[in-house]
Amino acid sequence: MTAPAAQPMIQVMDLEKAFGANKVLTGINLSIPAGSTCVILGGSGSGKTVLMKHMIGLLKPDHGRVIVDGEDIVPYGPEDLERVRRKFGMVFQAAALFDSMTVYENVSFPLREHRKELKEEEMREIVKAKLAIVGLKDVEERFPADLSGGMRKRVGLARAIILEPKIVLYDEPTTGLDPITTDYVDEMILDAKKMLGVTSVVISHDIASAFKVADNIAFLYQGLIVAQGAPAMLRHSEHPAVKLFLSTWFGKN
Amino acid sequence: MLSNAIERIGLGLFAFVEEIGGLATLLLDVLKWTFRPPMRVQNLFAQLDFVGVGSIFIVALTGVFSGMVFAHQSWRAFELFNAESLVGPTVSLTITRELAPVFSALMVTMRAGSAMCTELGTMRVTEQVDALETMAVNPVQYLLVPRVLAGLIMVPLLVMIFDLMGLMGGYFVSVTVKGLSAGTFITRTQQWLDPEDIGEGLIKGAVFGLFIALVACFKGYHASGGAKGVGQATTEAMVASALGIFILDYFVGVILH
Repeated sequence: MTAPAAQPMIQVMDLEKAFGANKVLTGINLSIPAGSTCVILGGSGSGKTVLMKHMIGLLKPDHGRVIVDGEDIVPYGPEDLERVRRKFGMVFQAAALFDSMTVYENVSFPLREHRKELKEEEMREIVKAKLAIVGLKDVEERFPADLSGGMRKRVGLARAIILEPKIVLYDEPTTGLDPITTDYVDEMILDAKKMLGVTSVVISHDIASAFKVADNIAFLYQGLIVAQGAPAMLRHSEHPAVKLFLSTWFGKN
Repeated sequence: MLSNAIERIGLGLFAFVEEIGGLATLLLDVLKWTFRPPMRVQNLFAQLDFVGVGSIFIVALTGVFSGMVFAHQSWRAFELFNAESLVGPTVSLTITRELAPVFSALMVTMRAGSAMCTELGTMRVTEQVDALETMAVNPVQYLLVPRVLAGLIMVPLLVMIFDLMGLMGGYFVSVTVKGLSAGTFITRTQQWLDPEDIGEGLIKGAVFGLFIALVACFKGYHASGGAKGVGQATTEAMVASALGIFILDYFVGVILH
């Protein structure tokens, strides 16, 4: 494991967000060093997805700052956000592949949008290389509906990393997968980090997976990060919510 | 009881105004993104093909039978006072001004509007719309602009096809079936039918096309709640489009005269 650099890639400061009367985030402070993997762990409804959507500017906070690679993205309009979003790749919970397109068209989509100077053969090469990184080959002409859940997720990652982003966001990457596929997806996250040197943010409620892939874990509970640190540190957290959450896994193992 | 009913009407009215506001906002958004590069030519052609070319057959068929039914019924009426020669003008005026735009728009709503709404709704609930956004592609420009433009462009063209087929249906019933002379049908129709009548139908077609595509996009784009939500959005879109066509028909007609 490489030592995380000191410069934070993503920094969230005093982030607050409410939907109507429902206060989802109530003062989040989080710093994610460049090149590291941070898992945001928490139960359902703890605000994990909302926090992630702020990082990529899909949601605007009521209060606070979100600094991505040195830029505060909160005041940004659509044009600036589009520029910042090119630093990101996002892997969605259900992969969110375009089901009207083949795997090749899906993975090459960002290239077609943002690297118009590339020739078709060059795109094919890049797509092939990225699919190889996620451990897939000869699937280019298949449609997402013909793939298994694990394969779809890998295609989703290939699409997310095709423009060589600095940051990859994973939205519940292991939810709904069997244990073997879960293990495979964990490896995929570790490989992506190792091979591409990306900063990864994973939101998850899967404790085993979190402890496997994370350099840092931030535990989100009722809109606040109540504990954060290296996995070994979190393991000994005294916060009752963290203890309870972790005991559901470590208690049995 | 009564206050409850009034309350419900009020809430319904609020919801209605909110929807109109949502549609207007979406229209502005679509307008804004239509004129920004990059032009999504490929997506536009795909939609032109789907909305327009794909609807030719059902619109033509609806046109022929509308013309035939209308000729048949008006023949029965005009026969009473020996004015059969007016069947041609009656059929052609009714078709070009009213039936062609209204029926074409209804057929396009059923065939293309429903598909647009379910497709966009499914893309929304499976996060494909969010995926576009995270890939720095504006979903309004990528998904909605081509669909709305396709409605605006293709429905008037379909109205022309309906006009032609409707007249042919009317001709067939009056001349071939009922035995009116071809010359009478054609000269009388030429005498009464003005380019403005055809123009009125085309303008209506454009308004309806824009409206139904906008409604389908609006409902689909804002769908939520899985398969059930998409189904509900589609039902709402179909009802609103169909009702909207008749309501707009009256007002466009009034404004044009």
